[in-house]
Amino acid sequence: MTITERIDIHPTHNYENYKLRRGKPFPFGATLVPGGVNFSIFSSHATSCTLVLFKKHAEQPMVEIPFPEEFRIGNVYCMVVFDLDYENLEYGYRMDGPNDFAAGQWFDKTKILSDPYGKIMGGRDVWGVLPDWNDIYQHRSRIVFDDFDWEDDRPLEIEPEDQIIYEMHVRSFTRDASSGIKEKHQGTFAGIRDKIPYLKELGVNAIELMPIFEFDEFENSRINPETGEMLLNYWGYSTVDFFAPKAGYAATGKLGMQADELKALVKELHKNGIEIILDVVFNHTAEGNEQGPTISFRGIDNKTYYMLTPEGYYFNFSGCGNTLNCNNPIVRNLVLDCLRYWAEEYHIDGFRFDLASILGRDPWGFPLANPPLLESLAFDPILAKCKLIAEAWDAGGLYQVGSFPAYGRWAEWNGKYRDTLRKFIKGDATVGEMAQRLQGSPDLYAWEGRAPATSINFITAHDGFTLMDLVSYNGKHNQANGENNNDGDNSNESWNCGWEGVTDDPAINALRRRQIKNAVAMLMVSQGVPMILMGDELGRTKHGNNNTYCHDNQLNWLDWQLLETNVDLFRFFKHCIAFRKAHPVLRNRQHFQNQDYVGSGYADITWHGTKAWNADWSPDSRSLAFMLCGKHARQGTFTDNYIYVAMNVHWQANWFELPGLPTGMNWHVFANTGVPSPADIWQPGTEPQLENQTGMLLGDRSVAILVGK
Amino acid sequence: MAFTAISEINDDIAKITLSGELDASTAPIFKEEVESIAGQDISKLVLLTEDLEYMSSAGLRVLIFSKQKMGADVQLYVVSPQEMVLDTLEKTGFHHSVTIVDEYAAVAR
Repeated sequence: MTITERIDIHPTHNYENYKLRRGKPFPFGATLVPGGVNFSIFSSHATSCTLVLFKKHAEQPMVEIPFPEEFRIGNVYCMVVFDLDYENLEYGYRMDGPNDFAAGQWFDKTKILSDPYGKIMGGRDVWGVLPDWNDIYQHRSRIVFDDFDWEDDRPLEIEPEDQIIYEMHVRSFTRDASSGIKEKHQGTFAGIRDKIPYLKELGVNAIELMPIFEFDEFENSRINPETGEMLLNYWGYSTVDFFAPKAGYAATGKLGMQADELKALVKELHKNGIEIILDVVFNHTAEGNEQGPTISFRGIDNKTYYMLTPEGYYFNFSGCGNTLNCNNPIVRNLVLDCLRYWAEEYHIDGFRFDLASILGRDPWGFPLANPPLLESLAFDPILAKCKLIAEAWDAGGLYQVGSFPAYGRWAEWNGKYRDTLRKFIKGDATVGEMAQRLQGSPDLYAWEGRAPATSINFITAHDGFTLMDLVSYNGKHNQANGENNNDGDNSNESWNCGWEGVTDDPAINALRRRQIKNAVAMLMVSQGVPMILMGDELGRTKHGNNNTYCHDNQLNWLDWQLLETNVDLFRFFKHCIAFRKAHPVLRNRQHFQNQDYVGSGYADITWHGTKAWNADWSPDSRSLAFMLCGKHARQGTFTDNYIYVAMNVHWQANWFELPGLPTGMNWHVFANTGVPSPADIWQPGTEPQLENQTGMLLGDRSVAILVGK
Repeated sequence: MAFTAISEINDDIAKITLSGELDASTAPIFKEEVESIAGQDISKLVLLTEDLEYMSSAGLRVLIFSKQKMGADVQLYVVSPQEMVLDTLEKTGFHHSVTIVDEYAAVAR
């Protein structure tokens, strides 16, 4: 005899034509169980709850089933509904309870609320299709199938110090027709999959996707009065559903297969040795401030999910209207459940937390010494191998670069690295601080025993100028955003090389290209984890706009024709990345000790200037060089080549005297940005020997990288 | 159009001819056919999909089920899928897990 069906799950109640049974409180959300769906939702202040079921896309519900009081356990309403066509189902809830602004209670049973644990979401199925604002249920929770053909895939667990991160936006990467992929795949997860060969050729081993949790691109959408163009919530830093991938980012979104499409991307990335990191936004939600829409949390349990002032208003540490109450135990569990889900279900390799300092504030907004959420994430068994990266500041003035509560696990976007490198590249005399940044910022991290890989080094990211714009504009030009150029950062530490914006001047254009090469050369020889911004390897411009959050057009879409016009930049990036990968001495696991502890006759790192062994640390110095001893690679566990890097950010050329190598070794030139392409860089392993082994002339505003072997 | 799944085994090749619309309501029919074949000594499972007009997420699940149920030694073929079905297979990446061919003769070779 074979038993094929469970006999212990059967209906015990009826409502109209629907068969019901008391549900299980865990897991929260809608879960497929034999013969039905288990619906479970929490509210600590609701007085009653009704499950609202829709046929997919239907204007009106097909049924509204009140949870029988006996189906509530504690503060959780849970119920199994049998015989549902769950593939064509959308569901939500109505919650009744007090409506008292000053008390922070916003219950309103006329609203249909989406499930905080909804696994996929309808309502914005296809990107940019104008929603029906009269729809009584805008963001519709749906049920996802659990299976996927993962074969033997699992997260790659690349060592943190070996990562090279590429920050990108799903739609921007391939939406432009110049991407050359199938039209249906443009701007989608499938589109990224089509471009994996490109990422592989570039050599990055992790992509970091700007938010992919379901958001509403029409949130605060408006017409730009100057251009008549529709401005959207394009970047998506405003979550509607923390568990659902953005349907509009999937070519299959209209079929409800976005989960499959994203998983297929993850699997294919992993096959190609590339990790996937998600930029997650837990600091606020799309419900905004007191004027914002009621989508989910506000109507389910406003007081629990949001930080409120004593008068009942929303605290705004995020700069986006509200602040998620991350150190409330309920919300903490939501965040933990969410990340576990993405790690387990989607094989995500890591997370970058937007405005992460908010996650360390208590329910009244005060920074906590030992924030329970950050600690829980650091020690969670399911997230144990995931990268956890903090944007270690928030819009409420908390700046924690170097002091983010790390528990030995958290890495940080190193904003100080960005600022120092930018200043140095444009010629500011900052050699002392540069020395720290090149070493993985031991001044910020070594004192606490945090590894160099704690420092996510970047010069550009989605916020701010692209690298090409950093060397082409002194100030931001954000008029297209329709905010009178008041939005976006004013402190860019940029230099236009002599002309604001596009120019035909060949000398300025040559200098700009050199500055771009200088930047990536310095980035790739710095200890820590380098991150590059999508398109910087192609000289991408946003025409001086440093805050393109609202543009669904060429301002954000990557122009793949740049691959032809700026092939020298692409080649330079590619070889710099390959060089980093080829040399473990650039990827140390511990900070330098400034001494010789392997008996090589050289300290692990030594500092030089125009004179060997004699760095110029004076306040107006604009030249700096360092040498890494290959025998100290990874604390002496590897033998690598010696590497010498000379940086001349002065406006005049300088003669750099070279430090002598051990007998039998010679200096070879890997890169010299002062030399025109293609002699500016060599494929790692093919570097030509330097004619004069005692010194070299380094052009103005140039960087040279030599290999001693 | 009503969904049908008809199976047939010749030597070490199992064929299932699918027609109509494969969604959550019809997926169990397909799944039952797959289960009836599983355990038999075959090396290829061939899905003839020329007349399959639509495949939903639940339909895709049965393909995944078929592949996992049959095991790594059995090759899974999808023969002459219509554009919508092919499109779905490609976008969801499942085309990497199966062999898609234009005609049955290509399987037999």
